Amino acid sequence: MRFRDEFRDASAARGYADAIHRMVTRPWTLMEVCGGQTHAILRFGVDRLLSPEVSLLHGPGCPVCVTPAEYIDKAIEIASHPGAILCSFGDMLRAPGTRGDLFAAKSRGADVRIVYSPLDAVTIAQAEPERAVVFFAVGFETTAPANAMAVLHAKQSGVKNFSMLSSHALVPPAVRSLLEAPGARVQGFLAAGHVCTVMGYREYEPIAERFGVPIVVTGFEPIDILQGVYMCLRQLEDGRAVVENQYSRAVRRDGNEAARRVMRDVFQVAPRRWRGVGDIPESGFSFTEAYADFDAERRFGAVIARDDAAGSCIAGQILRGERRPTDCPAFGESCTPERPLGVTMVSNEGACAAYYRYRALETMGAAP
Amino acid sequence: MTRADAFNFACSSPLPDRKTVQLAHGGGGRAMKQLIDEIVRPSFQDPELDRGHDGALLDVSGPLAFTTDSYVVRPLFFPGGDIGSLAVNGTVNDLAMCGARPLYFSVGLILEEGLPIDTLRRVAASMRDSADAAGVRLVTGDTKVVDRGKMDGMFINTAGVGKIVAPSKIGPESVRPGDAVIVSGDIGRHGIAVMTAREGFEFETPIASDCAPLAAPVLALIDAGIATHCLRDLTRGGLASAAVEIAETSGLAIALEEQAVPVCEEVKAACELFGFDPLHVANEGRFIAFVPQEDAARTIEILRRWPVCKNAAIIGVVEGTPRGRVSCRGPLGVRRAVDMLSGEQLPRIC
Repeated sequence: MRFRDEFRDASAARGYADAIHRMVTRPWTLMEVCGGQTHAILRFGVDRLLSPEVSLLHGPGCPVCVTPAEYIDKAIEIASHPGAILCSFGDMLRAPGTRGDLFAAKSRGADVRIVYSPLDAVTIAQAEPERAVVFFAVGFETTAPANAMAVLHAKQSGVKNFSMLSSHALVPPAVRSLLEAPGARVQGFLAAGHVCTVMGYREYEPIAERFGVPIVVTGFEPIDILQGVYMCLRQLEDGRAVVENQYSRAVRRDGNEAARRVMRDVFQVAPRRWRGVGDIPESGFSFTEAYADFDAERRFGAVIARDDAAGSCIAGQILRGERRPTDCPAFGESCTPERPLGVTMVSNEGACAAYYRYRALETMGAAP
Repeated sequence: MTRADAFNFACSSPLPDRKTVQLAHGGGGRAMKQLIDEIVRPSFQDPELDRGHDGALLDVSGPLAFTTDSYVVRPLFFPGGDIGSLAVNGTVNDLAMCGARPLYFSVGLILEEGLPIDTLRRVAASMRDSADAAGVRLVTGDTKVVDRGKMDGMFINTAGVGKIVAPSKIGPESVRPGDAVIVSGDIGRHGIAVMTAREGFEFETPIASDCAPLAAPVLALIDAGIATHCLRDLTRGGLASAAVEIAETSGLAIALEEQAVPVCEEVKAACELFGFDPLHVANEGRFIAFVPQEDAARTIEILRRWPVCKNAAIIGVVEGTPRGRVSCRGPLGVRRAVDMLSGEQLPRIC
């Protein structure tokens, strides 16, 4: 398959792994920001090919994982209204709020529908004008333009029974926040390629400069990741700290201006709480005044922020790159995809899910 | 009545409503009899059904395999098949995996009030075609109708009996370390075909389901004297679930080679798009076989004589440890764990 198989080529991978091995002179700690990259690393065993000096930490780039529990609770509350339909991407339905997940709400009779595009939710609203249709918009800058388009389309088409529960998150402020944290140990970042297809990478340039960390915009295939790691380590070994673009087949420095314009029309930057991570200034979206009527919180009541229940789940530390899933005593024991303690165990982009799925041989041995 | 006019309403006393299924059609009275006489019986055309008795009288001697499965799919029709072909082939395949020649089937139809009669007729015709293709007889059946909104159009249950022809027991308990793991064809077509039909996605090259009867190639293996230790058809949960079930039941390890698992370009592309692992995507016309290494090449050679198995391939080997686990060596040469999905396969967000 073109644009895939060549990025999964064993000899190219060995070439990069050998080059990295020859180059590194001391231990380095890098973080891949995106959960999609984490899954590719674990699935293909990219980390196994790297020199022992290179350690990869997994970042907060799982949109489902960082959606605060109170938003999931609100989505369940909305879905449980007899006159409402809650539409969501499928991956969100397994994420637990404080009182269960959307799948459980669905089994109790709530009208929860899995859609593949936010525009599908607008279509449902048009087909069922007597129902209030709410799209649960979860995602980073990658998904935000499509969500903005859905709002734009609803407004242009006069669809009054459509609204959006917005839980968007922005990546660069989160990277900044990780670097500002006391004891930050990440020395270089692999930035999420897909986010940068929309946003470009100008935003990262001041971060690289201020904190002296190299940031490499990186794709999602194993060879992309190895190349990103190589570029990042090359900078570290050379004492440089700039933004470089490994994913040049998809990303331009200025990103996709048309997509950003749509996003700017509908959303404005706002403070946001990240589940397990905490409040990060300017790291989310609220609606601009022109589109405020589409804010589900205006129609169904505001989401009330609450502190994360501590419990025994270390998802927050995992999302901040402070610990690994296998450091958790609950991993694979009291926490499994069937009975998760945290979202990182159930999301398709969660780090715990990746370890559980791909590393069971090492972490758990023989089947019970 | 000939096959050609099985599609026509030839009865002089028409159904109360010619176009849709009514609650009365399940009421046990005249309307139900008409539905069965005009749609079901002409479609299935079997002397046992035509007797109109409470059950079929069969002359079979053991050992027998006996299996049942219920079929629920949305949409009812999808590229490469429909709920009718699925319901017949699924049970044909379950019997074949037992090393049995499928013989007689029962069919339970549960219909939603308001289902177009034409839909029922098309599904019944498809069941008959599939039964003919697999050489099985639909000899007894039942029809129920439920209130509109209580179900999704149409559910079908089939049960089947088949005569065991394999000389030794086929099952996970017969799997041995060193056995070759063989898949009968490229995987993932059914799951992607149904999902794209349900969600209205369009690909440049449409993907058709692999729904097909597998008894003939399986019986050919048995006839050829291949020591088939275990057979398992790949359904929901895909190759991964089938392999994990066998590893767990046999207490052995299955080591797969990802590069050797056949996946067509269209399924690969769709899986990339949705973030699916082809090992988890559903199939309805594929199976895995566990045979001794010395029989592996001949197994492939025999399977490839059948169009449905033209992409058959050796994809791995059975090992002693780690007990009950399935692993897969990826393109970079690193081995990873393979597990069942914990629930539904859900597309990723970005």
